[in-house]
Amino acid sequence: MTYTLKRRAMVFGAGAALGISTLMASTALAAEPIKFGVVAHLTGPLAGGEAVTHTPNIEFWANQVNARGGLKVDGEMRPVEIITYDDKTNPAEHIKAVQRLATQDEVDFMLSPYGTGFNIAAAPIYAKYNYPLVAVSAITDQIPTLTKRFPNMFFTLGTTSGFVEGVRDTLVTMRDAGTIGNRVAMVNVADAFGIELADKARPMLAEAGFEIVYDKSYPLGTPDLSPVIKGAKNAEPDTFVAWSYPPDTFGLTEQAIIEDLNVKVFYTAVATAFPAYAGKFGSKIEGNIGAGGVNPDTPIMQEYRTNHKAVTGKEADYWASATYYSSLQVLEQAIEGVGTIDRAATVEFIKTNSFDTVIGTISFNENNNSERYWSVGQWRDGVFRAVADTGMGDSVSAVAKDGWN
Amino acid sequence: MDILLSGLLLGGTYALMAMGLNLQYGVARIMNLANGEMLVLGGLAAFWLFSAAAISPLLTNVIVAPLAFVGNWLVYRFLLLPLVRRAKTQGQLEVDSILATFGMSFVLVGVMVSIHGEYFTYSFLADPFTLLGKTVALNRLVAFVGACAIGGALYYWLNRTYSGTAVRAVSVSTEAAGLVGINVDRVSALAFAIGGAVTAVGGSLISTFITLDASIGVIFTMKALIILIMGGVGDIRGAIIAALILGLVETAVATVIDPGLTLVAAYAIFLCVLLFRPQGLFGRKTT
Amino acid sequence: MQNLALGGLLLAAAVVPLVSDGYWLSIATTAMMYIALSTSWALFSGPTHLIALSTGAFFGIGGYMVGTGMSDYEQSFWTMALIAPLVATALALLVGLATLRLSGVYFVIFTLGLAEMVRNLVSWVQNNFLGSRGLYVLTDFTEAHIYWMLLAVAAVVFLAGSWLNRSRLGFALRIIGNDEEVARHVGINTAWSKVILFMTTGFFAALVGAIVAPRYSYIEPNVVFSPELSFMVVIMALLGGVHRLWGPLVGVIPFTLAWEAITVSFPNSTTLFLGLSFLLIVYLIPHGFTGLFETMLGRMRK
Repeated sequence: MTYTLKRRAMVFGAGAALGISTLMASTALAAEPIKFGVVAHLTGPLAGGEAVTHTPNIEFWANQVNARGGLKVDGEMRPVEIITYDDKTNPAEHIKAVQRLATQDEVDFMLSPYGTGFNIAAAPIYAKYNYPLVAVSAITDQIPTLTKRFPNMFFTLGTTSGFVEGVRDTLVTMRDAGTIGNRVAMVNVADAFGIELADKARPMLAEAGFEIVYDKSYPLGTPDLSPVIKGAKNAEPDTFVAWSYPPDTFGLTEQAIIEDLNVKVFYTAVATAFPAYAGKFGSKIEGNIGAGGVNPDTPIMQEYRTNHKAVTGKEADYWASATYYSSLQVLEQAIEGVGTIDRAATVEFIKTNSFDTVIGTISFNENNNSERYWSVGQWRDGVFRAVADTGMGDSVSAVAKDGWN
Repeated sequence: MDILLSGLLLGGTYALMAMGLNLQYGVARIMNLANGEMLVLGGLAAFWLFSAAAISPLLTNVIVAPLAFVGNWLVYRFLLLPLVRRAKTQGQLEVDSILATFGMSFVLVGVMVSIHGEYFTYSFLADPFTLLGKTVALNRLVAFVGACAIGGALYYWLNRTYSGTAVRAVSVSTEAAGLVGINVDRVSALAFAIGGAVTAVGGSLISTFITLDASIGVIFTMKALIILIMGGVGDIRGAIIAALILGLVETAVATVIDPGLTLVAAYAIFLCVLLFRPQGLFGRKTT
Repeated sequence: MQNLALGGLLLAAAVVPLVSDGYWLSIATTAMMYIALSTSWALFSGPTHLIALSTGAFFGIGGYMVGTGMSDYEQSFWTMALIAPLVATALALLVGLATLRLSGVYFVIFTLGLAEMVRNLVSWVQNNFLGSRGLYVLTDFTEAHIYWMLLAVAAVVFLAGSWLNRSRLGFALRIIGNDEEVARHVGINTAWSKVILFMTTGFFAALVGAIVAPRYSYIEPNVVFSPELSFMVVIMALLGGVHRLWGPLVGVIPFTLAWEAITVSFPNSTTLFLGLSFLLIVYLIPHGFTGLFETMLGRMRK
């Protein structure tokens, strides 16, 4: 068996990969697996997002690496083994579980958690034991401060400002082309990330000459968002921007369809890139804009999406999925590049090298930040394409939304 | 007008969340912290059957209601009744049922996560519907009609039938009901089971317009508890009126003042009601 | 003699960070957080028999104020850790006065609604008037520092509790819990006794929230104003038993260890098995761990 099935270890893809691993049993039997730990939110408020963006990628990655025979370390091929714990989306549990992985399971490496708060809360422990932390689902403007404090921490998905700038640039381009006017209705979920984004967007949009005609927040878990959409509609905007979380991204879109909110740009943030978003609304969301986006046309991205679906049975989302997979590739290439499981050397290797991943080449600047990411995407014929980016340079230009059909 | 309409529809949603708990707590005296999970379970069933077999959530209820009834009856009979029998005081029972049903809520979350860990999203009747010249969401309207039907049926049953009268008698006093020859255990089990069925059906209706996930139940539990207490324990009218008040207040505040203050306003109303009527709108004075 | 034993226990607890690795320290820190919260919760709820689900509200105020003070107003941790409990105490005063007439389940749900209301209110205020650059709490505290601070808080809670048990106020509260009418007739000011105690629990919960904030490093309102925390604190205290000062302590420790064992044994379905263990506890240990210990002690003496 390629996978070591331990009673207390959850092994991803054991069922799916059983066929392959049995075949390879003879060759891989001797090598001890390299242990990767991950603390996931299997339950709790962030579980829904984790299940879309992280979990299938970990399963997929372990499957791919082991199908190749594992990682080449110390001159031999060693399979990877994933050890997962559930933190119930609770920071105290998360910290405890990371400690457990480091000192009890003595895992060789760790995979980054879901959510800005959890990446930062766990960072001191990663730093203490020298684990490289290639963060993905962590978007912050504090990258220099954080990486100075935790030199083993890397960022890949961009900054808060970068995200808002992406939206602003998209709107400015569309306005300059005469597609939209100046009137923007902006709403946000009154929770950490939503407040932060709205706070950034207010001056940025005003400076770019936009008029914010409706600016309200709504509480996390609002059961009926129809007053929000009605209020926005009454303000007669050209553009609707919502700094939203997954459940309200769905709720706002549904209400906009029902109220027939006639805007040229309809932007919702987190979860717009989820396949479930298109699954729920079908062709009605053609032209909708949201956080994330990818370039779906590169052969490597197409291959990634096809295989992700084949191995996990789930479609990858059009934003952080590919980046998360890329972060695993960074780790994988760094380990093989160093050629041992020396963690300090791996951190150093990540800092000084560039990596070929499914989102293209990743390298890190002096602040351990990868300055290549897509920030705004648009649904076009059932695919969520990037229309704004930082450092990628392959976005298409956004088009006006033409009704909810 | 818009406010009135949207507010009533939201009130209907809230009534769906709270009516079941009203029976479970008012009659069977179980402070059921797994109420929200039962609701989400109903939503999961609707989502699952709709995505897998394109079965309408309305039709799903034909399966959900009896299953939830049987499931809740078994839970009461084998897990909760021993606690009721053991408890010497209502306080002791409250403590035990908080612990036990909190455990059950974890169990249900665990089970649901293993079935579907992602969001339960699907589109059902997400169409505009013109009512009195205003646009409303059809799925919300359907849920409202469902809430009215369930509320009406429960009211009729409790006030016009023999078995309903027995249930009300138990809710007033278990001792007195026992003295007049009512089988308190059986009536309580019945009320708990019907309460569970109502909640699960509510969940499958609610899932047509609110995006649920396996772990979201606690939010519904809290809302249901608040509506229950605001309305007063043990009177189905209380839960319905409180639900409508909350729906109207939230919609009015969201429309007129600021959507950001809806939940603040809802809790403020709740706190005010309790300040002036410590036993809730329709509650009996506790001695 | 008893004081000596307690001193020894405190000393033993204080050296935990020096002798344990990071793993056991992180378990101990989480346990210490719950010990401080559950014990201070029981100071009020034990004698009055009123189950308060407001821990999350006060804890959240502590964490939130430290977060916003440090990241948006460049205040020091210590300033905010001092202000936050006072704000929470003031809120507890208001709530305490407002809830005097409530009894039983009405009080329980009133306090449950409070945490949600406070969370929504602070989020709204922050959104509309203060703005935010994200609530970062970056300090140089290690886990050991946080553990020691929590230990100090827990020790103070115990001192307060033991003083209370012997004081007139504690006596008053016990009478209130048994029969409020009697209490009033013998001339006890039931209102103030209850309010003062409620303020005490609010103070300590916010203090714990403030101390834990650096451990979380980044504060999200829906994480610190967690309804689950309110429930967990109650459950651990009830599990231990609320009629002895040391009740919550003997609830928290086995609970934390059992939780850990379950997480390790069933990483894939932790929540499910935690739920099952709650059920087992309810059926097998009906009177909490203090009840269990007292029964066992009773048997041994026979």
